[in-house]
Amino acid sequence: MSAQNNYFIPEPSKWPIIAMLSMFALLMGGAFAFNDVVIGNYLLVLGSILLVYMFYGWFSDVIKESLGGKYGKQEDISFRQGMMWFIASEFFFFLCFFGSLYYLRDISGAWLAGEGYLAITKDVLYPEVSSVAVAWPNNGPANVGGDFQAMGATGIPLINTILLLTSGVTLTFAHHALKAEHTKHLVLWMWATIALGLTFVGFQAYEYIHAYNDLNLTLGAGVYGSTFYILTGFHGFHVVMGSIMLVVIALRCAKNHFKPEKHFAFEAVAWYWHFVDVVWLGLFIFVYWM
Amino acid sequence: MTTTTMDIAHDNDHHDDHGPQKGWRRWVYSNNHKDIGSMYLIFSLVMLILGGASAMAIRAELMYPGLQLLEPDLYNNIVTNHALVMVFGAVMPAAAGLANWMIPLMIGAPDMALPRMNNLSFWLLPAAAIMLVLSFIVPFFPGGGSQINTGWTLYPPLSLQVGMAMDFLIFTVHLLGVSSVLASINIIVTIFNMRAPSMTLWNMPIFVWTWLVTAFLLILILPVLAGGVTMLLFDRHLGTSFFDAAGGGDPVLFQHLFWFFGHPEVYVLLLPSIGVLSHIIPAFSYKPLFGRKSMIGAMILLASIGMVVWAHHQYTIGMSSAAVSYFMIGTILISIPVGLMKFNFIATMWRASMTFEAPMLFAISIVAMFVFGGLTGVMLAIVPADLQYQDTMFVVAHFHYVLMPGAVMALFAGVLYWLPKWTGNMYNEKLANWFFWTSLIGFNGTFFVQHFLGLAGMPRRIVDYPVQFTEFNFISSVAALIYGLSHILFLYLVIQTIRGKGTTKAKSRSWKGAKGLEWEVASPAPFHTWDSAPTVDAEGEIKQK
Repeated sequence: MSAQNNYFIPEPSKWPIIAMLSMFALLMGGAFAFNDVVIGNYLLVLGSILLVYMFYGWFSDVIKESLGGKYGKQEDISFRQGMMWFIASEFFFFLCFFGSLYYLRDISGAWLAGEGYLAITKDVLYPEVSSVAVAWPNNGPANVGGDFQAMGATGIPLINTILLLTSGVTLTFAHHALKAEHTKHLVLWMWATIALGLTFVGFQAYEYIHAYNDLNLTLGAGVYGSTFYILTGFHGFHVVMGSIMLVVIALRCAKNHFKPEKHFAFEAVAWYWHFVDVVWLGLFIFVYWM
Repeated sequence: MTTTTMDIAHDNDHHDDHGPQKGWRRWVYSNNHKDIGSMYLIFSLVMLILGGASAMAIRAELMYPGLQLLEPDLYNNIVTNHALVMVFGAVMPAAAGLANWMIPLMIGAPDMALPRMNNLSFWLLPAAAIMLVLSFIVPFFPGGGSQINTGWTLYPPLSLQVGMAMDFLIFTVHLLGVSSVLASINIIVTIFNMRAPSMTLWNMPIFVWTWLVTAFLLILILPVLAGGVTMLLFDRHLGTSFFDAAGGGDPVLFQHLFWFFGHPEVYVLLLPSIGVLSHIIPAFSYKPLFGRKSMIGAMILLASIGMVVWAHHQYTIGMSSAAVSYFMIGTILISIPVGLMKFNFIATMWRASMTFEAPMLFAISIVAMFVFGGLTGVMLAIVPADLQYQDTMFVVAHFHYVLMPGAVMALFAGVLYWLPKWTGNMYNEKLANWFFWTSLIGFNGTFFVQHFLGLAGMPRRIVDYPVQFTEFNFISSVAALIYGLSHILFLYLVIQTIRGKGTTKAKSRSWKGAKGLEWEVASPAPFHTWDSAPTVDAEGEIKQK
């Protein structure tokens, strides 16, 4: 027998079951709402309220436990590894969409054009049309959604790239300030990061409006519109989530919750933010630029 | 050695040294890996009965040619539901239940690393099950749209044309995905961070190893499936064209995304069972597992190759010949690590003075039947042959020969093997033998003849068939009834063992040849175990002072 194991096992908690109920209500609501069944909307509202309540309550408990000194070195490692593998799963979620983008650009286009010995594929899938536009960007042989213009890389996307990369730098400054126990600088850099993130979201919203109004680039604009919006949309959603996390961390920074040697929550959110950054770089290169 | 290590030293610094809560809170708010493991196992048993009932319906319909019981759409709906319930409802939760119960016990950890998240992982499953059942019954309500007739693969364009039931199914997949990813994160963190300090990765029990590899697979593949069905949802309701050739999309893209998930999923179902066998066979051979390190290497190799061979499920879609060749060779390569594992099992039994308790009977028959299923897999992997076999009953026979022994029966064996540890009672050996023989005969009778049906050209997922297939289908259906009914024995056996009437008490080391830390704690295992980490030697056993 070796030393006592003091790993912190929390009290039984109501938050997981509330988390389940909120997800259940949201997804049931979604399934009904997509099919115009009225109860769906109520379920969506209920689920959203439960979700906010759950996050607030669960994280309040965790913060209380953290400040109460319940978490030692081993717990810290658990959280770190947990966050790491969570980000890994997110990475593969995005990889699914990037992979689809590659497939739709470089493989399905050729197939639909009836190139090479696979000509029969087109005859089976889309026999009505004789000549097919394969050049990217395209909205398919049926010109689905009507003529559109693709989104350029210079302009807002470039500005957004600079904004997000800068936010990564300011977040690192904040981390250094945290390690130097310089609360004032820490809080300042945190809010600077949040401001950059929110500016990004604002620009992105503007870009969407511009695309819909001026470029006729809609979600229904064939395969280009589909991939454009699903990739930028899920990324934008992650930026919003990351921003909310950063706000919570900034408020906790102002309350001096973190110590130079112990600030997992800060680091977890920073990892997440950098991950969102990296995904954006992928987007900028493969969606906007190439 | 057995009693001293059981003493749970009390420590006033932490507050987990009390017993379970009373009433429903114990289960709904649970943070305890044993309670959550039990809930997983009970849930999977319920789903097994549901999936089994749908299997019985399928075989009842196919007993004679012509339409007897089921309309074609309902038949396809049941086929879809059977697959999803069995894969996501029965096998995966059962394996996760074993993981929850056994991993902390086996590595000397007080609980899972993230206990609250563990609770969430389980409780998402009943929610998902409700949505899955809804996807089955919604079409029977007014305005509920058409039934799901796609099979579990959900291929577009058919899945784009199904009514609202498909949306319930898509969200079911999302819930299941979240549940499995959270559980996998928890398992990985537990294994890396919660092991007794003296237990190295090489010394770790093989069951824990298999779950480590499985959890990695799940984290890599489930998000891809979630993304794929999300695109399906967008195509259905938001006007996108991912899988629509008119808009420049391609239905085949979904097949790639699905099988990028679907093929490694096979190993997700198999690997924990390989882990179970790696404990049962040495225990009843009274020898250590042969080639322990090669076993670990083989499972890593299996998972790695398994990630990059998915398109052998899609030979007939018109891929380039280079791609087809690559997927064929890759697939056949998989037989190397699998063969290695099987030979390790055989070598463990070689010249051993074995005893033949029910878990061991299952284990031996699994090795034999799984090899058979693997060989038909090699047949299917060969492209020109596959062009003939694909979408026939041969495929059905093949994957049932892989998954039924490889996953389901191995899980039964695992349950029998560890039931004494969970309940404190030995199960009724005679009854377990009856269960083994009836299920063995029933299973082989059901699926062996389906090979011939498939080779003769009977297509799968079709409600009717030409009269020349009548005899074999009749045999298959009668055997399926035997197989289905045999599970009542299992149900009775488990309930009897839990209640402890007419059974003998289990020792803490319930099987003479059983090795590992889980046999060092009392039977039934106390609510909290390993409050202090044990010190283990190179064999993974408690170090003698």
